[in-house]
Amino acid sequence: MPDQFPLEKIIEHFNGRVVVDKDVTDMPCVIVTPKDLVELCFYLRDNRAFRFNFMSDICGVDFLPQLPRYQLVYHLFSIPLGWRLRIKCLLEDPPKAPTITDVWTTANWHEREAYDMYGIVFEGHPDLRRIYMWEEFDGWPMRRDFPLRGYKDQYNPMGAERPAEQKNPVEDIL
Amino acid sequence: MGILTNQFQDNVFFATADSIINWSRKSSLWPETFGIACCAIEMISAGCARYDLDRFGVVFRSSPRQSDVMIIAGTVTKKMAPIVRRLYDQMPEPRYVIAMGTCAISGGVYNTYAVVQGSDLFVPVDVHVAGCPPRPDALLHGFVELQKKIAASRVLRREEPGAVPASIKEGA
Repeated sequence: MPDQFPLEKIIEHFNGRVVVDKDVTDMPCVIVTPKDLVELCFYLRDNRAFRFNFMSDICGVDFLPQLPRYQLVYHLFSIPLGWRLRIKCLLEDPPKAPTITDVWTTANWHEREAYDMYGIVFEGHPDLRRIYMWEEFDGWPMRRDFPLRGYKDQYNPMGAERPAEQKNPVEDIL
Repeated sequence: MGILTNQFQDNVFFATADSIINWSRKSSLWPETFGIACCAIEMISAGCARYDLDRFGVVFRSSPRQSDVMIIAGTVTKKMAPIVRRLYDQMPEPRYVIAMGTCAISGGVYNTYAVVQGSDLFVPVDVHVAGCPPRPDALLHGFVELQKKIAASRVLRREEPGAVPASIKEGA
């Protein structure tokens, strides 16, 4: 087992499609496009040099008003080798990403959480439903333009008025 | 009880019968063993040896079908509210509700998209116990207030003129 994480091996293999995030100092971190995400995940899981057999977390980020607006952050851990790796994936608006449930089954619930809170649609996900909020809930609570008290309706008289131009864009994709 | 409820006029016999029925109701208020958030810890404490709710005939039951009182002890989220309502619906009448703590009364500090702004919105609340969380003494006081309320209610006799239901008015 080498002392240094073989980061250049990933960069070399993907030949420009994966870049190192130099701003991150606490652990190795790479940036990838949604197009290459699944391929990268399979590579990291199956390559003998990495053996990332455990996906610890997926989280969403909303960078409003910055562009691209959304980001997915994946944290991986290699139990046999002790490596940790962070993958960042920038998303356009409306946010769409490929599912990685085929790579790590545990991603199922993590992706449902990101969908529930940010409205990020994971294409190919076997069961993309809300996980925290109830089914009829209107809006994506962790987005920066979501009002703290939610949107006004019959049961939520204290909620904010929904702006007319913002009619739940993700509903159209589903 | 349904046919007899609030049907009779004031006289010595029915006044005495009412007070006996009320006495039996207020002396065995059995709450559900049901807590949602940190208020439930104070509720448990109120039921244990130091504060001893048993002194008032308050014994925790583990089924809504055996309970008379529901203590809403904690923050009710909008996802939880239908479940709380369902527990209330499963209780036999007469049934009472104590909203314990600021969250159950008004949503408290959680004025957000996910929290019900007061349990009055989905169940009829008899007693509000203020505090965050209320001390066990406050919950004891809430039970005493509920007992007072029950003792003052009419069971067989007609309601006070202001509160007479339409069905009885027609019959009179």
